[in-house]
Amino acid sequence: MRQQLEQIKATALAEIAAAADAAALEAVRVRVLGKKGELTAVLKQMGKLSAEERPVMGQIANSVRAELEATLEARKADLNAAALEKQLQEEAIDVTIPGKKVEMGHQHPMNKVLQEVKEIFIGMGYQIVDGPEVEEAAYNFTRLNIEEGHPSRDRSDTFYFNDDDSVLLRTQTSSVQIRVMENMKPPIRVLAPGRVFRKDEADATHSPMFHQIEGLVVDEGITMADLKGALETLIKRLYSEDAVCRFRPHHFPFTEPSCEVDMQCFKCGGKGEIDGQVCSTCHGEGWIELLGAGMVHPEVLEGCGIDSKKYSGFAFGIGLERMAMGRLRFNDLRLIFENDVRFLSQF
Amino acid sequence: MKLNRKWLHEEFVDLSHVSDKEYVEVLTVAGQKVETYERLDAEIKNVVVGKILSIERHTNSDHMWVCQVDVGKEEPVQIVTGAQNVKQGDLVPAALHNSRLPGGIHITKGKLRGEVSNGMLCSIKELNLTLNDVPYAIEDGIWILEEDCKPGDDINLVIGNDDTVVDFEITNNRPDCYSIIGLARESAAAFNLPMKHHEPVVKGGAEGNLLDLIDVEVPAEELCRRYSARMVRNVKIAPSPKWLRQRLRANGVRPINNIVDITNYVMLEYGQPMHAFDYRYISSKKIVVREAVEGETLVTLDGNERKLTPGMLVIADGEKPIGLAGVMGGENSEIVDDTVDVVFESANFDGTSIRQTALALGMRTESSGKFEKNIDPMLTVPAVNRACELVELLGAGEVMDGMIDILNYIPQPRTLELEPDRINALLGTNISKEDMLDYLNRLEIPVEGNTILVPSFRPDLQIMADIAEEVGRLYGYNVIPTTTFRAETAEGGYTGNMVQENLTGSLCRSLGYSEILSYSFVSPGIFDQIRLPSDSPLRKTLCIQNPLGEDTSVMRTIALPSMLSVLARNYNYHNISVKLYELAKVYLPVEGEILPREPKHLVLGTYGANEDFFSLKGEIETIFEGLNIPAARYTAVKDNPSYHPGRCASISVNGIQVGVCGQIHPLVAKNYDMDTEIYAAELDFSVLVTLMQPKKTYIPLPKYQAATRDIAVVCDEAVTVAQLEDCIRSTGGKLLREVKLFDIYRGKGIEEGKKSVAFSLSLRADDRTLTDVDVESVVSPILSKLETELNAKLR
Repeated sequence: MRQQLEQIKATALAEIAAAADAAALEAVRVRVLGKKGELTAVLKQMGKLSAEERPVMGQIANSVRAELEATLEARKADLNAAALEKQLQEEAIDVTIPGKKVEMGHQHPMNKVLQEVKEIFIGMGYQIVDGPEVEEAAYNFTRLNIEEGHPSRDRSDTFYFNDDDSVLLRTQTSSVQIRVMENMKPPIRVLAPGRVFRKDEADATHSPMFHQIEGLVVDEGITMADLKGALETLIKRLYSEDAVCRFRPHHFPFTEPSCEVDMQCFKCGGKGEIDGQVCSTCHGEGWIELLGAGMVHPEVLEGCGIDSKKYSGFAFGIGLERMAMGRLRFNDLRLIFENDVRFLSQF
Repeated sequence: MKLNRKWLHEEFVDLSHVSDKEYVEVLTVAGQKVETYERLDAEIKNVVVGKILSIERHTNSDHMWVCQVDVGKEEPVQIVTGAQNVKQGDLVPAALHNSRLPGGIHITKGKLRGEVSNGMLCSIKELNLTLNDVPYAIEDGIWILEEDCKPGDDINLVIGNDDTVVDFEITNNRPDCYSIIGLARESAAAFNLPMKHHEPVVKGGAEGNLLDLIDVEVPAEELCRRYSARMVRNVKIAPSPKWLRQRLRANGVRPINNIVDITNYVMLEYGQPMHAFDYRYISSKKIVVREAVEGETLVTLDGNERKLTPGMLVIADGEKPIGLAGVMGGENSEIVDDTVDVVFESANFDGTSIRQTALALGMRTESSGKFEKNIDPMLTVPAVNRACELVELLGAGEVMDGMIDILNYIPQPRTLELEPDRINALLGTNISKEDMLDYLNRLEIPVEGNTILVPSFRPDLQIMADIAEEVGRLYGYNVIPTTTFRAETAEGGYTGNMVQENLTGSLCRSLGYSEILSYSFVSPGIFDQIRLPSDSPLRKTLCIQNPLGEDTSVMRTIALPSMLSVLARNYNYHNISVKLYELAKVYLPVEGEILPREPKHLVLGTYGANEDFFSLKGEIETIFEGLNIPAARYTAVKDNPSYHPGRCASISVNGIQVGVCGQIHPLVAKNYDMDTEIYAAELDFSVLVTLMQPKKTYIPLPKYQAATRDIAVVCDEAVTVAQLEDCIRSTGGKLLREVKLFDIYRGKGIEEGKKSVAFSLSLRADDRTLTDVDVESVVSPILSKLETELNAKLR
């Protein structure tokens, strides 16, 4: 009987090892361990054994069963793993096939750059405000110290809606300065981006409609050093911490002192030339003009009911197109208003 | 305004030790921005004075000559020339081997019909000169030099090209800087060097009494602040000397003759435009400064006949205009070769008037450009004296004693208090009073005690802030510290609808729409293009009176046409599938108000293979969901002429109209040259904003499973899905949570003219799982209501 058990075990182990798949394995299990299986059949003969032999044989039989069961399980796991492995290999794909892209929309590059500027100033405590584009001459000119007869008020420069030139398309966002100072008490800290209009035919560097970003701060004790601080922060955040800028005197009727701010040319590093050729970005100047600014003219403050002895302020105006073109490195203004998706989708 | 550095160095302040780059940098940062600068000798290289040692006929040519030329080296060089005016002993410009001439021309040695030529002899034209620059030369021939020079000298030195011309951008508050003297003053101040001044000295003494010869009247006293005049007799018209011609040429002024050159020279030097009249042609011996009268004409120096209108200031004699004041002289009193007696005019005219006249006649001149800046009325006398001094210096004529000087406007001397504390407070600096005084002194602004005596040439200095700018710029804007203002912390952020605009933009982009920016002004033709009826209120627009052109002449009242133009442009560029949005301002005139309303419209526009009405509608629904706007109602619109009559819906929320969406009418598409289906929507964003609900709060997640029941009903084609849905919802009660259309079927098994519409109903209670009986109690009333109200029967 012991021999029989050994024989069954040896045969079954060999068959388990040889089983190629789960079905073959199951066949072995049923034939050996099933209710009508070989092992059961052997055990049925136990009755014929002596009382001494019976427990010994029982033990051997149980250990054979246990060993066979364990081997079966192990073999099954191996086979399953192999089957999965095979399946996975068959499921392999060419991962270089393009993905199923969901087309996303793009923010207009101008607004993209504007958004950055807005966030920089919001971080510095500025409120973003808006103003009318169809504006009264008083706000766009007179109250900014631009008197009648000034060249910028000519019909060759400004679009008008009525015979007495009192309603126009604003030529500068500075008009918002007056509207803000009329409606707010200091401390004032606002940024007013928007469309402006001038009578220029559209070409690579001109457009009858473009964008400015106006800034205005009015409070007690505001200095030109503060103006420099605000603008340097903008330029460093927008361009880079290493950006070099310079302030140089200029003239605007509604600020005094006034200045323009240049940034050192990023292309030629301020040298004005690259390999002996005149730098095409700054045209050899080494500097790129960014914006105009100054301390709010006392008459402008007084005209809005703000005591210029007590309060001072600074204002600045940035040309958004020039800034965006510099940052995104394109050089034809017409691209902005053409709205070709091949252009828009680049940003 | 141009300035040649040599003139500056020779007459006013010697900065010859300063490089061009440094000069330009320092002046720019000190307040006079340099636009460009160029070396005059940049284009000519390796061209020297040569002396013709011998000249022989070319053996193989009947017109060429072979010259042996001394070019200052040990050996003469051989140069072949085709010119016929060269003879032995002549000094000529010789472009040597490997030389450069204006226009990028490169000269190298070569052979001309077998004879070696080591360069080229040059004409004045080849050196970029004209007969005005070199009056004794000839145009078609070699320039035979009559200059003080010797073989081997660089021709640039002979021409006076050893100079740099700097072009300044002068701001219009600084009329004084439209002159060499003004820029010299700025240069001296910037470099902290003294400036040399020169008082003109006139000997005078010509025969006669000025007042017997000429009379001046100024009836237009408002437009003519000052009129100064002197006379020169026995004039000898001739070319000006070389130094004068070179200074004019460097500054872009063409030399003509000594008298005209003197007026131009003084204009450059003092910034005071001048004019010279030929005395012979001043009828009645009288100069009248008056406004033109209707119908008058004048042939100006450029030979054009100008129609004058009242308001234009003219210089007239007793009968007729002889000059357009401040703009250009008249041909009828021009200085000519046999002019004998000359009247020099040095006047001060109203800037605005001069500018408007120049603009109206389309003839902005150097002179009008200066006058329009309102120059210093104190300049007329020194300028006319300087002109007379130059006449004597050049031996060009005899100056008469005396001067006519009519002064209609006496500038009040202005004083300002020097307030160092306020200046420092404005600049954020700590500059000492002594330094401030030094800066003002350098700018020739006198200060007595604490009183600043503003000079007449600085009309821009009116208040403390103006003085602060002068102090600041000489102290150095870039030296002023950089600070962050110490005001209380303010909360920055958006105002108005900006947050909602930002959100809307990102929703549109997440749906694949890209943002466009289109012009606010449009063509009045857009209304026909989108087939708007002639009585549409949208045709009432704000019209620009002086537009660039018809295409940009009215302010848009509707944003759809701008979108269609952009779509059309993209279609034309073969961009296959396009989705665009714009938050576009429209400009709506308001009765009784000065300014229009400027609400923003959200416009969506798209074309391409995957676009249809329902994808657009679904996108709008998503945008509304993102903006937390309650579900909108879509009502069929058959009479919007811009849209397909069967594929257009008006959109309303809570009964409030917000906009329209649909397929663009094929006839409109055709008007934009598009042969494809276009879908678009225009929503009034200013209304949408008012419909946005407050922020959402949490609703507990359902504890019990929902039961779903699908129903399909057959109804007439005319019945809309919205009608069916409304019926289901209104009957469903609290347990009905969701109604979802999932199929519309027509065809086999369904009667002609009918359709089968299938909905999935989702029912749920918050406190229990629903039983079949519960579900039935909801669904069967729905079915009977559908049948009784809409004749929709369960399929």
